[in-house]
Amino acid sequence: MVLVALALLALPFALAGAGTTWVRVTNLAILFILLSLGLNIVVGFAGLLDLGYIAFYAVGAYVYALLASPHFGIHWPFWVILPLGALVAALFGALLGAPTLKLRGDYLAIVTLGFGEIVRIFLNNLGSPVNITNGPRGIARIDAIRIGELSFARTDSFLGLDFSGPIKYYFLLLAMLVAVIFINLRLQNSRIGRAWEAVREDEIAARAMGIDTTRIKLLAFAMGASFAGVAGGMFAAIQGFISPESFVLVESVMVLSMVVLGGMGNIWGVILGALLLSFVPELLRYTVQPLQQYFFGRMLIDPEVIRMLIFGFALVLVMSFRPGGLWPSAVRKRELAARSEDPA
Amino acid sequence: MSILEAQGLEVHYGGIRAVKGIDLHIDAGELVCLIGANGAGKSSTLRALAGLAADTAGRVTYVGRDITALPAFERARAGLAMVPEGRGVFAQLSVDENLRMGAYARRDEGIAADREEVFTLFPRLRERRHQTGGTLSGGEQQMLALGRALLSRPKLLMLDEPSMGLAPLVVRRIFEVIRDINARGVTVLLVEQNAKAALQLATRAYVMESGLITLEGEARSLLDDPKVREAYLGESIAS
Repeated sequence: MVLVALALLALPFALAGAGTTWVRVTNLAILFILLSLGLNIVVGFAGLLDLGYIAFYAVGAYVYALLASPHFGIHWPFWVILPLGALVAALFGALLGAPTLKLRGDYLAIVTLGFGEIVRIFLNNLGSPVNITNGPRGIARIDAIRIGELSFARTDSFLGLDFSGPIKYYFLLLAMLVAVIFINLRLQNSRIGRAWEAVREDEIAARAMGIDTTRIKLLAFAMGASFAGVAGGMFAAIQGFISPESFVLVESVMVLSMVVLGGMGNIWGVILGALLLSFVPELLRYTVQPLQQYFFGRMLIDPEVIRMLIFGFALVLVMSFRPGGLWPSAVRKRELAARSEDPA
Repeated sequence: MSILEAQGLEVHYGGIRAVKGIDLHIDAGELVCLIGANGAGKSSTLRALAGLAADTAGRVTYVGRDITALPAFERARAGLAMVPEGRGVFAQLSVDENLRMGAYARRDEGIAADREEVFTLFPRLRERRHQTGGTLSGGEQQMLALGRALLSRPKLLMLDEPSMGLAPLVVRRIFEVIRDINARGVTVLLVEQNAKAALQLATRAYVMESGLITLEGEARSLLDDPKVREAYLGESIAS
């Protein structure tokens, strides 16, 4: 435990040796872990398939961008905007949840898919007649996070170590991640967590147990969305520029793949899935081209193509050999075991 | 005093009226059974009483309070427990977790003691407390569903076909337990196709036929009623 903590604290400095890019990649990976953990509440705990999850990430990012950039000339501090972003995202979550309460499975997936697209299209088109989101051009020069005099845009030296912007973000994200993991663990073993489990298993029986299924499902949507809202705000702050292009359907699918690949319902599995799907593509980016150069003398296949190829292949393999994910939750494991024992 | 009363209760599925306006009442401490053929509307009636039917008409009163508009979960919290048809056991949760789910709406200290009592009632559940609901046999699942309902400390326990798909010996055990539960002061409404067993168990009974109540009375006297004997107990009165 202590070793892991020390390793995580030393990591950015080691990575910085290999290039600041890797610190940035790590930061993005942590953002994806936050997203996956949020989606895991909706899909893994409550069993509600959401294909438009990235919309909440977009909401959080735009809340941050609009309230901390020259676009409106507003520059609020991050500790106001991030919670606000979480709140607005949660509202959007409830907004999506309310009309879909009676839907399940495929039907719910279709509606959530549409919702994700609606949000993106709105962001794309709210540039005129009244310019709110600046349309497809996106919002630039978003403020970096600053705590008092400590700006996350500068490099500071402390204890003989260089804390560059990305490294500062790394530590802030790490702190958030620890908090989010803690919240998730507590949720899973709480009354709410049990209620989600009951709703996922059998909604009628859950109602007969005295569980307010309407409220509990809305809560799952809102809670999952709020995590995405915070992650979105951090994304805007780190990147300094956002546009609707960052919030396309593929991103929703990506986050869902992380959850499913890692192990739906298991917090550690989901983290593993998010790490793998964040880092492997980056590794490919740096290995595919040199390898091809070496063997064939020129680029034959674009790394992007190989990435998707490996992605699809990995998902197929995992689903056929480890249907519960790489690190399945105890309940899923039991479920699959029971199914294979049952001859019927 | 009536614990539960329904007046002009109707249940609709699309354009079909499955229950066509029935009146029934259950008094505190009674064990009432509702018998009838397949598709007579028994289960629909029960679902409507539990608040689980979407399209209903009529009035339902529970302990003197109009609960017609009350959603299912609030009825459950008020002490109206229902064991749905097919038992509704959470298949992937362990026996312990299932029982704990039964006490979901409770916040008092007596939950552990009540669970012990359920284990005394059904020793099989104690043996399998760490197994998942889905791995239990049909009879054990029914016991689990009953035990889970008891953990909500119900005033009225509504059971939908507890004998369905079970071996005769298991059915006898389940019925013994239902009698036992009733003797401890829990009012029971039992929906059954197994008319003979239900009538032998119950104090009072309703007979349903195509959405209407056609007969009601003391269970004993219905057991001797020639119409009931012919239609539901499979005895030929002819000749």
